[in-house]
Amino acid sequence: MSFLFDITPAELQAIELSIKVAAYCALIITIPAIAIAWVLARKDFVGKSLLDGLVHIPMILPPVVPGFLLLTLFGKQGWLGAMLHQYLGISLAFTWLGAVLASAIMAFPLMVRSVRLSFSQIDQGLEQAASTLGASPSKTFMSISLPLALPGLLTGFILAFSRSLGEFGATITFVGNIEGETRTLPLAIYSYTQMPGGELIAMRLVILCVLISLLALVASNLCERWMLKRVGR
Amino acid sequence: MLHLDIQYSRGDFLLDAKLDWQSQVLGVLGPSGAGKSTLLNLLNGLLTPKSGLIQFNQQILFSSQQKVCLAPHQRRIGMVFQDIRLFPHLNLFENLCYGLRLLPAEQRRFSLDEVLDLLQLRDLLKRHPHQLSGGEAQRVALGRALLMSPQLLLLDEPLSSLDNALKQQIIPYLLAIKQRMNLPMIIVSHDEQEVSQIADQLISLAQGKIIQH
Repeated sequence: MSFLFDITPAELQAIELSIKVAAYCALIITIPAIAIAWVLARKDFVGKSLLDGLVHIPMILPPVVPGFLLLTLFGKQGWLGAMLHQYLGISLAFTWLGAVLASAIMAFPLMVRSVRLSFSQIDQGLEQAASTLGASPSKTFMSISLPLALPGLLTGFILAFSRSLGEFGATITFVGNIEGETRTLPLAIYSYTQMPGGELIAMRLVILCVLISLLALVASNLCERWMLKRVGR
Repeated sequence: MLHLDIQYSRGDFLLDAKLDWQSQVLGVLGPSGAGKSTLLNLLNGLLTPKSGLIQFNQQILFSSQQKVCLAPHQRRIGMVFQDIRLFPHLNLFENLCYGLRLLPAEQRRFSLDEVLDLLQLRDLLKRHPHQLSGGEAQRVALGRALLMSPQLLLLDEPLSSLDNALKQQIIPYLLAIKQRMNLPMIIVSHDEQEVSQIADQLISLAQGKIIQH
């Protein structure tokens, strides 16, 4: 097992980059996912099915499709990419920020599903009770709905983090496989499997990848159990 | 005090209620499905009438003619729900103070100490709702509604989920609120014997209409 600890600087860079990309990804989608999940769980409106479909479509598409669409939109010649570059000096294609965006698109439906389920399970009578006690809709949301949806939010966060950690297809299509910039763990594993004699390194990264994901899931389960215990479930 | 003249419909159910109420505690009787809880939810703003007027102490809560419809949080009408609805993620102190904390100091009519003593809740403050008996939970729900200093308190079948022994424990608390706090209350029940121990005036709901006793 000692080979597990013989990590090279390039591998360490891939691990650090993966964790950074996954953490940014989970963080930037949290607020939009809460908003969309709440709308889908609580509101009825024309076009709800369309919105639901758009949110979930990355789950059923081959990951290379969102990656290609991102490249088309956010590439330097792309409609949004050209504007971002011209006015803000930001380039997403072939940068780690682009890897965050690609991961975010792929992980977003997982977080929305988890938070939406949580919102759906909240007894709306509790929100009504809060309103009769003088709480405005925003106060009710912040003090009742959101805290009660926290277990689902946490699960969604960990799912998004883990999904981002394993993201491959959209990332390689949109940002390539540039060592030190966009080579996350899955891309590094892929690269080492293509390299003569790289199987051992690939195996080491696979084991580390599994360990990080497992750690995240155990932490999520412990937090969820603690939260559910607090509300007597 | 309360002037009510409203029409409300949902599916086949129609409510056409007219009421002028001046006494302190009004008892509303009627069988299940008569519209008793609906009437309370129309008063507290959780449901909106199709048309009509609801006025309490000169304040218009709803008027279809004047296009006024205050949201529940703007009405200051306390409600004790039949299914209690304590917030499961908050301890009892936080549950009790939920409405109190939202209220400016100058609008607070009852102090926390006063309510804790009246309802004998002092020893329960650190517990969570799932650690309470039915009677204790009912007292906390009453305390929570009192502490938001309502101008009117609505009680939806406050005794229905309790066994006879617990009912006899809760009734003195309701009488104590009536006697010490001078708070207008509407209490809904399907049991005339129960509600007549507390109410000064009784009405019945039948087929969506109010019948005076």
